[in-house]
Amino acid sequence: MTATNTAVVAKYQNNFLQEVEANVEEGDWVKMCMQCGVCAGSCPLGDAWDHSPQEIFMMIRAGKREEVLTSDSMWMCTSCYNCIVRCPRELPITHIMHGLANYAHRLGIAHKKNPTRRFAKIFWDNVTKNGRANELTLSIRLYFMDGIVSGIKIGLQMVGMGLGMLKTGRLDPMALVMHKGIKDTKGLHAMLKKAYEIEGKRKGYAS
Amino acid sequence: MTDLVATNETILVVGGGISGMTAAIEAAECGKDVVLIEKTPALGGRVSQLYKYFPKLCHPVCGLEINLRRLKAQKRLRVLTMAQVTNISGNAGDYSVSIKVSPRYVNENCTACGACAEAVSSEIDDPFQYNMSRTKAVYLPFNMAYPQRYVIDGSIIGTAEADQAKTACQYNAVDLDMSEETLELKAGAVIWATGWKPYDANKIQPYGYDRYANVITSVEFERMMDPYGPTAGKLLRPSDNKEAKNIAFIQCAGSRDRNHLTHCSRICCMASLKQSTYISEQYGDDDDAKSTIYYIDIRAIDRFEDFYKKVQDDPKTHFVKSKVANITEDEKTGDVILHGVDTEGYNRYDNSHDLCVLAVGMTPNANIKEVAADTHTDVSGFIEADEANGAIFGAGCASNALDVNRSVQHATAASLRAIQVVNRVASAEA
Repeated sequence: MTATNTAVVAKYQNNFLQEVEANVEEGDWVKMCMQCGVCAGSCPLGDAWDHSPQEIFMMIRAGKREEVLTSDSMWMCTSCYNCIVRCPRELPITHIMHGLANYAHRLGIAHKKNPTRRFAKIFWDNVTKNGRANELTLSIRLYFMDGIVSGIKIGLQMVGMGLGMLKTGRLDPMALVMHKGIKDTKGLHAMLKKAYEIEGKRKGYAS
Repeated sequence: MTDLVATNETILVVGGGISGMTAAIEAAECGKDVVLIEKTPALGGRVSQLYKYFPKLCHPVCGLEINLRRLKAQKRLRVLTMAQVTNISGNAGDYSVSIKVSPRYVNENCTACGACAEAVSSEIDDPFQYNMSRTKAVYLPFNMAYPQRYVIDGSIIGTAEADQAKTACQYNAVDLDMSEETLELKAGAVIWATGWKPYDANKIQPYGYDRYANVITSVEFERMMDPYGPTAGKLLRPSDNKEAKNIAFIQCAGSRDRNHLTHCSRICCMASLKQSTYISEQYGDDDDAKSTIYYIDIRAIDRFEDFYKKVQDDPKTHFVKSKVANITEDEKTGDVILHGVDTEGYNRYDNSHDLCVLAVGMTPNANIKEVAADTHTDVSGFIEADEANGAIFGAGCASNALDVNRSVQHATAASLRAIQVVNRVASAEA
C-alpha cells in the first residue's frame, strides 16, 4: 500500500461513497444511480468486464473499496457513450469510469499490468515530453511493452503497414532521433507540474 | 346548437372522458348548469377503450353505462361533441370561452340504423382501435357511443360516396351542408379534463417500436383482448397473426427517464400486472403461455400491493428486475429478443419472446397553455392546483398521471371547487 492510499483510508474510514464523491471526477453522481441496468446492457464490452457500471456503483455504495479500485472494469471503457445517452438519470457514466481509473492509478493500487493503464501511461509520457505525440517512438514503446521477443514479433507483423506509411509520407523515420516538439517545452512542463500540485493539494494526495 | 345558453353561473367541463363525465354529472346533480364538451364524436374517452380495469378486473362498459344513465337524467347538463376550446379569457366567475365545433354531417334524426355505413366502401384508420384496424368512413365510434349517432369522416365529403350515404338514410339524418361553427360561451368556472395520451413509443429508439412489428404498446395490447377489438379478443401478434404466448412487458417505457418523461406515470405497473392476468384468461393451463415483466421496481400504488402479491404467486408470470437495454428482432421468426443485465445477480440475458408490450407512460393530451396561456403547469405539462389559475381547475389525468379510481376522485374535487365559484357568483348577483 502506498502512503497516499493509507492516508485516504484513514480519512474516509468505511465511507467509500463519500471518498468517491470527493475525489473521483463526477463522483457525486454515483448516488443518483437507481440500478435499472440499462448501462450494463448497453455496453458493447459488457461481456469482457469484471463488473458492469451499475454493479460498480452498487459496490461503491456498499463500501467495497478494494474490489472497486482493483477492478478492471473502468479500464475497459472505450468511451462509446452509449451508457450516458441511455441512462434514464443522465449519469455521466463514461466520465465516472475514467475518473475511477484515474483515481485508482493516483492511489497506486490499479493493476500494474493492466494493458489500458500501461498504454495510457506510455501515451502520457510520450505526449508531455515535448508537447506533441511522437508516433514512431509511441508505436515502438507499445510494441515492446511486453519485452523484446514479443516486440520483434509485433514489429515484423507490422512491417507492411510501416512501409506503406513511409511511402505515403505518413511516417517520419527521422523522428527516431529528432522530434520537433512545441516551442516552450519547459513552460509546458512547469504548467503540468503546477496542475499536478494543485490537484494533489485539493484532493489531499501526498505528492 | 346555437340555442345553447350559458351564463357566468355555468360550469364548463372540457373533455368527456371518465373525469370530465364525472365532474359534469356531479355538478349537474348538485343543481348547477353544466356544458360538457368533447373533442371526439362520443363520450367515454380512454376508459371506454380498456378491456378491464384493475384491481377488480371488471369491464369498464359497466361504469360507462352507469355514468351515461346519470348523465341522461340531467336536464341541466348539455353535451357538445366534436367541439374544442380555442380560447379562454376573463377571470374566475366571468370567463368567455371560444369553442370550435366540427361538422359531424349527421343530425339528431339519426337512429344509428347503420344504412349509411353500408352504402359506402371507403375506409379510414379506426382511432378507437388505436389505428390497429380500419373502419368505414361513415361510422359509429364504438358500440356504446353516446350520442348514438353516426359520423361521416371529412375525407369523403364532396365525393359520390357521401351522396350514397345521404341517399341510404331514410330518416333525413345526413346533412352534407354542415360546416364548422364557432361558439362563444360564458362560464363561471372551467374544469379542464382533457386527459392523457400514451407517450410516443417511436421516441424510445432502442426498443424499436418503429422498426419491429411485434413490439407494441400497452394500450394496443388492451385493445387486442376486447371481443370487439382489432383481433376480436385474441392475442395475435402483428407480424404473422400467430397467437402470442410468450409475452414480455417492459415497464417505465418512457417514464422515469430524463430523456423522455421525468415523472412516474403511476398506472403502468398495475396495467402490466393486470395484463399479465390476460394470459391465463386467454390460454388457461397451456404450459407455453407465460408473461415476463421487466421492471426497475414495481410501484403497485397504494392498496394494490395485494394485487401485486397475487400476480407474483401466479406460476405463469415471471419478474426480471432490469430495465431492458435494447431489443432486436429475429428476422426469420419475427420473435423479439430483449437484451440487458438484471440487477439481482448482474446476469446478462438475451431473452426471446413472441411479443413485447411497452408499458408506455402518460403525457397530457392537450396543452392548456394554448388556450389559457397563464395557467400554471408542472414540468410535464400537468395542470397544477394553483390559486393563480383562478377558476380553471384541472381534473383527472390533465392534472397528473392517475388511475381511473383517482381520476374520478379528483374530478369530484374539481367539481366541488367549481361549484363554490359559481355559488359565489350567484350570491353576489342575488
